[in-house]
Amino acid sequence: MTYNVQIKVMPLKDLLDPQGKAVLGGLKNLGIDKVADVRIGKHITLQVDAASEDEAKQLAEEASKKLLANPVMEFYEIEMVN
Amino acid sequence: MKFGVVVFPGSNCDRDMLDAIQYDLNKEVVTLWHKDKDISMLSTNDCIVLPGGFSYGDYLRCGAIARFSPMMQSVIDFANKGGKVLGVCNGFQILCESHLLPGVLLQNANQQFICKNVNITADGKDVLKIPIAHGEGRFYADDALLDELEANNQVIFRYCSEQGFTDQFCNPNGACRNIAGIKNKAGNVFGMMPHPERATSGALGNLDGRKVFELLGLN
Repeated sequence: MTYNVQIKVMPLKDLLDPQGKAVLGGLKNLGIDKVADVRIGKHITLQVDAASEDEAKQLAEEASKKLLANPVMEFYEIEMVN
Repeated sequence: MKFGVVVFPGSNCDRDMLDAIQYDLNKEVVTLWHKDKDISMLSTNDCIVLPGGFSYGDYLRCGAIARFSPMMQSVIDFANKGGKVLGVCNGFQILCESHLLPGVLLQNANQQFICKNVNITADGKDVLKIPIAHGEGRFYADDALLDELEANNQVIFRYCSEQGFTDQFCNPNGACRNIAGIKNKAGNVFGMMPHPERATSGALGNLDGRKVFELLGLN
């Protein structure tokens, strides 16, 4: 069966995120000044062929740990969609 | 010492590196293609260089995809056997992603790609002028790891002033503790953001890059 997996990858909370900082400046220029902080990450979707949801989740976990996220700078959250 | 320079899709400093090694350092050098695995022409007394550029378009994270290329599997084996490996700029990012060096290189604190000459120092005394050209060169590691790097003398270069002071005013990208380059614990894998290969020729008006190779024992 094919499972849809969504993975959220975000920069670690105590790291400076220059891209988020630049967007925060843009929002202020736009007149939206009630935003206190912006952080930008990645949203990755996978279609995984697996025998069970557990197996699909395990594969997504391995993919996240080994390639999709770098734990030195990022954390990730995995969500099974179907 | 013989050299090998790896060419990834998106490498753009490979030719400069080959040229500098062959004509300025007068060393034998071979090109290593990312899809190949054969490094039998090199022994562990030799050195493999990962050049600068934008391997695999910097997709996902700089260096993240190059890590899984066939040639990198051979480079990782080579490093683990004690062969010398030097990563410059994108090469440094690849070494961090490959776990051959600790830490990571993040987007510059000022959000800009920086291309200019900077001063770096190995010991706080001798200052070298070497160009940098990167958008993601802010070396980051947590305090425990930074302390460990310093305790083991693994920091090879720091950004500094012309006089050799390593303060925040001469830190171009916001790197932790002004770190411009590090080596691994065993002392055979080196990574640095500045480009020594751009400063090895009299025609370019700067020979400080030759001193980088000498300081690292790659000559």
